[in-house]
Formats: sequence, structure tokens, C-alpha cells
Amino acid sequence: MSVAAQTWPDARGRFGPYGGRYVPETLMAPLEELERAYEAARADASFAAHLNAELKDFAGRPTPLQLASRLTEHLGGARIYLKREDLLHTGAHKINNCLGQGLLAVRMGKKRIIAETGAGQHGVASATVAARLGLECVVYMGTEDMERQRLNVSRMRMLNAEVVGVDAGSRTLKDAINEAMRDWVTNVRTTHYLLGSVLGAHPYPRMVRDFHACIGREARAQILAAEKRLPDWLVACVGGGSNAIGLFYEFLGDASVKMIGVEAGGRGTGLGEHAARLAFQAGFSGARPGVLQGTYSCVLQTPDGQIAPTHSVSAGLDYPAVGPEHAWLAEQGRAEYTAASDEAAIDAARTLARTEGIIPALESAHALAEVIRRAPKMKHGEIVIANLSGRGDKDMEILEKYL
Amino acid sequence: MKTVITTRIARRFEELRRAGELGLVAYITAGDPTLEASERIVLALAEAGADVIELGVPFSDPLADGPVIQRASERALHSGTTLRGVLDLVGRLRTKTEVPFVLFSYYNPVLQMGLEKFAAAAAEVGADGALITDITPEEAGDYRAAMHARELDTVFLAAPTSTEARLKLIAEASTGFLYVISRTGVTGAQNALAEELPALVRRVRGATSLPIAVGFGISHPGHVSLLGGLADAAVVGSALVAEIEKAQSAEAAATAIAAKARMLKEAARRGISRRESSR
Ligand SMILES: Cc1ncc(COP(=O)(O)O)c(C=O)c1O
Repeated sequence: MSVAAQTWPDARGRFGPYGGRYVPETLMAPLEELERAYEAARADASFAAHLNAELKDFAGRPTPLQLASRLTEHLGGARIYLKREDLLHTGAHKINNCLGQGLLAVRMGKKRIIAETGAGQHGVASATVAARLGLECVVYMGTEDMERQRLNVSRMRMLNAEVVGVDAGSRTLKDAINEAMRDWVTNVRTTHYLLGSVLGAHPYPRMVRDFHACIGREARAQILAAEKRLPDWLVACVGGGSNAIGLFYEFLGDASVKMIGVEAGGRGTGLGEHAARLAFQAGFSGARPGVLQGTYSCVLQTPDGQIAPTHSVSAGLDYPAVGPEHAWLAEQGRAEYTAASDEAAIDAARTLARTEGIIPALESAHALAEVIRRAPKMKHGEIVIANLSGRGDKDMEILEKYL
Repeated sequence: MKTVITTRIARRFEELRRAGELGLVAYITAGDPTLEASERIVLALAEAGADVIELGVPFSDPLADGPVIQRASERALHSGTTLRGVLDLVGRLRTKTEVPFVLFSYYNPVLQMGLEKFAAAAAEVGADGALITDITPEEAGDYRAAMHARELDTVFLAAPTSTEARLKLIAEASTGFLYVISRTGVTGAQNALAEELPALVRRVRGATSLPIAVGFGISHPGHVSLLGGLADAAVVGSALVAEIEKAQSAEAAATAIAAKARMLKEAARRGISRRESSR
């Protein structure tokens, strides 16, 4: 498992059978250009230095790895640590990737960035980085998501981004990505598409992973310092899968470290009631390998290959496909995928608020729900790191109803 | 060298070449608003002089399409259209017309049916080829093998952003004809053709001896005339689909669309084809 796991994707952007590049021809040369620019940036020490300085001074890295002592006591099992990505500027892990791609866009001479957003956190982080770097920014967002994540729409507008509502299909993240891709295919010569998760055509799944790998790198050093050993479990929520792979990646070579990705269980296991693409062992139906929005991965769909509607209380997890690297980790059994229901996530958010004084994003609350379910059954000496991918301010209108 | 397959598509382009005539490739979304309506519309198009008909397979997430074809896709899905239903439509049409049919689809519905099953079914119903919007030569190995085993044409797209190296790949992967996207962007009618178009078509000519069809944005007879002397065929999609959207009934749609096709075909006949001018 060790070294081999780190060499994905292959030269064609494949993680095992998953990934690749399935786009209209117009986008092929730009994707090749992006891949070359990214390779060149990776090999350039000054790029890394610039990015690290921004991550530190502007975004607030490194983030703490906090022992959740009262939650640990409350659950009475494993020792629980929280990787505090919620403390980053803009309130979620998304800024890691936005700074990386933003600097890359500048390097490529692109003056305009576009982004899609579900929960609005990626949109806010994109708008923030655009303002910081002096770029024009347009964010596509499903109108249902604009409604349920209203605070983030205002934040983006305050930052001078144009927020374009997308009224097609399910009016959520998937539809926002379609519209962003239509913009990109039209304005490709001047525009960088700042994709917000480990989705889309190669090189995005790899590049976005790399920009988030700092999460796991820090966490690994921090846990070794605090506990003098590696954790037993890593737990993260999985929308597209960027915060999860960001935490997992550095540990992939550590065979003793088990990994759990938590998807949106929504309100039931039938097609249309959830957004669980990999948690079929937990009884969720409708996902099969397929191609959506540039990549071959596990996709919730009808038998005819039409993409299925999804449901989650959390806009950031409400998406019918999953990053190809997660499909591959699932297939190999290297990571395990499960799902938490809307209700379990809301309960978990309340529990964290009241035991630790932290209001998590509803996305992150899915990871916490799994921790809450499992930790009591774990041995006292076991160590769990949960990725607290974002803070819950944006979700207060939803959470308020459950007070 | 590729083995030369004489498909209906190749034969039609050969006839056009001999006649010194620009071809008209007509696109509609199959099942918009119903498969029965499509059947009438396609027959009307064939009669009005369309040389090749592209039948769009509706998809839930048509990310390469503009609003007109997006809405057509929605209407078609709403009436329950599936890939299997589109294939059956081709089967029914094939008993009534010899016009070449190209299935125009996003990859996922084809992948879910299975590449070989798709190719076998397409051949059986009398389709002539396919064009998959979101697959490029790099990812198309299995698809091409399955299609060519059934003597079906694989049409690939060339775009203004395609490099010389990519044009070479596209030319190698294509059979029947090559489809040049006139501008960066999604499908949809436009007033003016891109200024860069002649240079683009010349670059593509340099990479292939296949007939070249130019599409995206073509809506007026004037556009079609301009393509005479430059390309081998004009592809008209959104402008026809818009007629279906406007019409009150399948009958009215068939009449309106046939009138439009006749007007475009007339312009195509008047335009000087490249072959003639170079002869
Ligand atoms: C706080 C937070 N966590 C997680 C996600 C899900 O994305 P990913 O799976 O790429 O981390 C989002 C997406 O909007 C988010 O805002």
C-alpha cells in the first residue's frame, strides 16, 4: 500500500480506473495548458514560497489540532482530536485550494476567475482570493443554495464577486458546475476555472488534492508531537471530497491508520433522498460508475444514465458524483465510506456546540455524526482525528429551526 | 491507413462533392417534445433536403449546450425519452428514409448501455454513426473499436483551441466527417460567424482529407452561404430547435422546420463549395 498509493494519478489522470478527462474538445488544450502550468509551478520553489506565505499570513495556517476533551469525555471512548480548518480565514478549508489556484491563475496570465459553489464557502474563498490578487470573479450558484446559504451570497457580493444564480435542474451544486463549465468553454482564453473540489477533468482532482494536502501534513506532525504516535482513525465528510483527501493523503502510506469518509445520508436510502455515492454497504442505492462533469467516478444515476437528483440538508455535500480518488480508495478498501443522515448531522452540530463551544458547518457535522456514533464503541487508548472542515455561521438560518 | 468504409455518410458527402454542393447537417433533440413528434419532424427535414440528420440524445446535464438545446433536452426527458427510445426511433425512420443518421450524445447514457451493446443496437436500427460531445480521442479507444467493428462512423469535434497535435489526433479518430466548432462556447444561434473561422477550417483541412462540417452558431442562410467555398457542410441545430419550441403542434413544428431547412439548403446550393472552386 505504502509508496504505490502516492503515485496516483497516472499520466492520464487515472486513479485506477477512475478519473481521466471527459470534456468537450474546446477545453482539452486549456486543460493541457493548465497541467503544464501546474507542473511548472510545482517545480518552482518561489511559487511554493509565495503560496506558503499567503497560507500563513493571509489564511492563518497552520491550523490547530485540538484535543476535544469534553466531547471525548461525553462519548466515553476514543480520544478525539479536531483539525480546526474552521479557523481559517473565510471559515473553511476551501481557501487552501483557492490560494493555490489563484496564484496559478496569475502565473498563467488569466485575469478572470470563475467558480461554482454549493455551500458558498468555495465561492466566498474564491471571491476573497480574487480580491486579494486583483482578479475579476464570477461565482455560479444554484438558486436553491442561494436561498439556504444566503449569508455567503452577501459575503461574495461584499467582496465584489458577481454571483450568478442557476435555475436549471436541481438548482444546486451540480447545476452550478454545468453553468461554470459553459462559461469556461466560452471565455477559456481569458478565464481560469477555479474548481472547488477534487472533481472534474484531470488535472483538477490531483491539483486540488495537492493544495489541500497541507491539512494532513500538519495533522500528522501535530499528532506525533501530542501523542507520540499516529492516529487510529481519520474521519472527514465527503462532498466532492477535497477536505477528506486533504486530511487522508499524507497518511495513505501509514497502513495502521484507518480512514472514514462520511457522505450525506439525507432523509432516506432511496434514489433522490441522499447523496451517498460510495456508502452502498450502508444500503444507499443508485450509484454506479459513470461520467459526470469531466471525470469517471461513482455517480448517482438512473438505469438510463441520467444523473439523479440528490438531497442533503448540507448544500456542500448535495452532489451526485464523488472525486475519482475516493472511488479508487473505496474500491481498494483503503478508506471506508459511510453516510450520516440530515438529522444525525444536526444533532452532531448541537453536541459539538454544547461540549466544545464550536458551531460546525453542516458539512463537517456529518463527519462529527460518525465520530459520535463510533467513538463510544472504541477503546479508550484509540485516537481519532476528525476534520472540522468549516464553521457553522452560514448555517444558522437552518440550525435555528432546531434550537 | 484506415480501411475505407462506405457508409451512408461517406456516400452522401461523395454525392455532394460531385455536385459541388455544400451539405446541410440538421440537428434536433430526439423526443422533443415527444418521439412521435420527432419522427414527423425528421421526415420533413429529410424531405426538405437535409443531407445528414443528427439526433440528439437528451441528457440531464448538457454542459456543452446553450439554453435552447438545454430546454429541448428537458422537454425530451420530460416525455420519457431514453437512449433506447431514440434507437427505436431511428429503426422506425429507417424504413421510410435513407438519410444518414448520426446519434449525438453525452457519454454517460452510452456508457451505461455499454459500448458494444450501443454499437450493436445502433447498427441494427440503421444508424450511421455517432458523435459524443464529452469524449475526445484520448478516452475513446474502446468506443471507437466498438463502433468501427459495426462499420459505424465516429465523428469527433475540432475546436478553435485545438492545437496542431490535437487536430492530428482528431483526424485519426474521425470517420465519416469531421465537425469543426466555429467558436469557443456552447451551442446556440448567433448573428455573426467568428472572424477566425476561415483560418480554423484551413488548419483542419491541413490535418484531414475527410469532409468538414462547421457548426455552432449557424442560423441564417447568410451564414450558410459564407461556408460555401470553405467547408463541406453546415450544421444547424439551435435555430431548428427554436422552431420546435415556438410551434403549437408537432405538425406545425414539422412545417416550420422544413421551411427553415429548405431556405438553408437553398443557400447551401447557391454557395460555391470548396471542391468546386478548387477544381
Ligand atoms: C465546510 C465544508 N466542508 C466540506 C465541504 C464539502 O466539500 P469537500 O468534500 O470537497 O470537502 C464543503 C463544501 O462546500 C464545505 O463548505
